[in-house]
Amino acid sequence: MSQHQEKARIIRFEQLSADNVRLTLEAPLIAAAAAPGHFVMIRAGNGQDPLLRRPFSLHQASSNGQIQIYFRIVGRGTDMLAHCRVGELLDVFGPLGRGYRIDRQAPACLVGGGLGIAPLLFLAKRICQSGRDHHRDLVILGGRSSGDVEPLVEDFRQFGRSLQCATDDGSFGRQGLVTDVLKAEQLEPGTVVYACGPEPMLARVHRICVDRGLSCQVSIESVMACGMGACLGCNVDAAGGGYLHVCIDGPVFNAEDLVWNS
Amino acid sequence: MEFLKERGPYPDLRVNIGSLVLQNPVMTASGTFGYAREFEPLVNLHRLGAVIVKGISLAPRQGNPPQRIVETACGMLNAIGLQNVGVERFISEKMPYLRGLDVPVIVNILGDTVEEYRQLTERLVGVDGIAAIEVNISCPNVKKGGVAFGADPKMARAVTEAVKTAADVPVMVKLSPNVSDITILARAVEDGGADSVSLINTLIGMAIDLRRRKPVLANVIGGLSGPAIKPVALRMVYQVAGSVSIPVIGIGGIDSAEDALEFILAGASAVQIGTANFINPRVSEEVVEGIAAYVREHDLQSIRELIGALEA
Ligand SMILES: Cc1cc2nc3c(=O)[nH]c(=O)nc-3n(C[C@H](O)[C@H](O)[C@H](O)COP(=O)(O)OP(=O)(O)OC[C@H]3O[C@@H](n4cnc5c(N)ncnc54)[C@H](O)[C@@H]3O)c2cc1C
Ligand SMILES: Cc1cc2nc3c(=O)[nH]c(=O)nc-3n(C[C@H](O)[C@H](O)[C@H](O)COP(=O)(O)O)c2cc1C
Ligand code: FES
Repeated sequence: MSQHQEKARIIRFEQLSADNVRLTLEAPLIAAAAAPGHFVMIRAGNGQDPLLRRPFSLHQASSNGQIQIYFRIVGRGTDMLAHCRVGELLDVFGPLGRGYRIDRQAPACLVGGGLGIAPLLFLAKRICQSGRDHHRDLVILGGRSSGDVEPLVEDFRQFGRSLQCATDDGSFGRQGLVTDVLKAEQLEPGTVVYACGPEPMLARVHRICVDRGLSCQVSIESVMACGMGACLGCNVDAAGGGYLHVCIDGPVFNAEDLVWNS
Repeated sequence: MEFLKERGPYPDLRVNIGSLVLQNPVMTASGTFGYAREFEPLVNLHRLGAVIVKGISLAPRQGNPPQRIVETACGMLNAIGLQNVGVERFISEKMPYLRGLDVPVIVNILGDTVEEYRQLTERLVGVDGIAAIEVNISCPNVKKGGVAFGADPKMARAVTEAVKTAADVPVMVKLSPNVSDITILARAVEDGGADSVSLINTLIGMAIDLRRRKPVLANVIGGLSGPAIKPVALRMVYQVAGSVSIPVIGIGGIDSAEDALEFILAGASAVQIGTANFINPRVSEEVVEGIAAYVREHDLQSIRELIGALEA
């Protein structure tokens, strides 16, 4: 995979909810090299504080040279990014990591919780573009309340998938967890589940898949300094003992290769 | 060539680290540049003065459990735990690529005992493509209750002697800043035969997660690096340069040509760039360009004129 460091111009700013922001950036080299599940490292500001880049999944990458990130404001770095304006340049580096391995034959079930929805739009698009029959595919999106889910529904609909939504407070879709929806669905044997979201959610998705004999790929997070295998700071426990590094072995893993606590 | 016409001849940036001649004084610091290959898509590796690889031990090491790193004000703490592939895999898997690079490769080594340092050095003897060895002595001496070799002048000297006796390439000893008088350690390794000293390694620190009332790092303590440590590093380089006669290599928080030039004025013959590689993978190359521009603008014959040229 080729990696690039680009000064990417912000061409669109969308405040999708009180906490959630979507940026569209002009980064032609990164866009051309990107695949679903890849991430980028972005510098918030130009100073020494905050020092490190912040990792974000690619929400979209298009053939017109644009990429999108979709993030929640949780701290200083994301707050600074949320205060950027259209026309400003961001220092972006990527695409990085190992993405989703798309199984072109199997039915797909995409499960996204909260900001874990971010990488799934790009994935839905690629699966759709793969041109096969996808009427059996399913997308399940969830979040705390409607602001986490509703603004993204149209984007997923254009890829023609059947869509189910759930929110913690019931303000959009049904009330409950994405895993409740997943449990209630009769997935065809051989379905591949592609998931991203908070760790407790992923642990439940993994459990459901194990129970039903489905294969499951998850995109996970860790703290990161370099994003490219140099600092060795992003390790997680591997199911077979030892460690895996999220930035180079992941961020997308087969769920069974990881250790799940819950 | 366009470049030469516009700005005159490329300035003389060569520096000598003992018998080792570098085309410029900018190296990448151990543990922050992987085994160099990771940076190939982004950096013109041949433009660097030297590449120093991740610390190697005799046997492979898994390193510490997560969480290993945390950002702090203008810096970061790490407790990687010296994860590495071990010397055999280093030689068979990493050296073939490194040896093909048009840049000197310096191998950083670490051990639990003096004997381990010696064996490691012996294993590296005759391995083609190694320009020098850098000895990380900031590791606990397991035979002496875990006190770091770098905190005890006798042990630091013993490690240096062991490596120097076995080595067939120049030996650079990397000093720990976690001591009360670093000049004593610098003189001890000079007496042990070190060809040069590099400093500083990370400063020991800690971060606490107030919400969970727990240390952030699984290892509880970790090494602080980045811009936050630069003033301490600069002071130590200045002191050490005044107390030894071997070349000094400055490390700590460097992320610009200005930073590097300050270390050179303080007495460093060369510098290493660490944490800054994570933020800007191209930083080392940019620092080389910045130093070249400075030398040109100030009509210097060579960068060597600036080494230790701090005015009183
Ligand atoms: C591969 C990868 C892809 C990611 N993709 C997205 C995405 O598409 N959208 C999105 O909103 N977020 C994503 N994240 C998380 C995002 O990187 C963090 O939210 C961001 O770094 C926080 O920066 P900050 O300065 O705002 O927060 P900080 O001030 O650094 O921290 C605020 C809070 O967030 C937590 N935090 C900080 N960094 C991380 C991290 N890397 N992972 C998890 N928690 C963290 C801290 O513990 C703290 O509680 C991703 C992380 C990784 C590793
Ligand atoms: C993630 C990380 C890993 C490191 N690993 C090593 C190592 O294996 N051996 C070593 O001698 N120094 C290691 N160091 C120390 C650096 O080489 C350097 O001395 C230190 O970070 C200070 O420089 P800086 O502020 O430019 O990063 C490491 C530093 C970091 C941040
Ligand atoms: S973030 Fe540096 S190795 Fe993964």
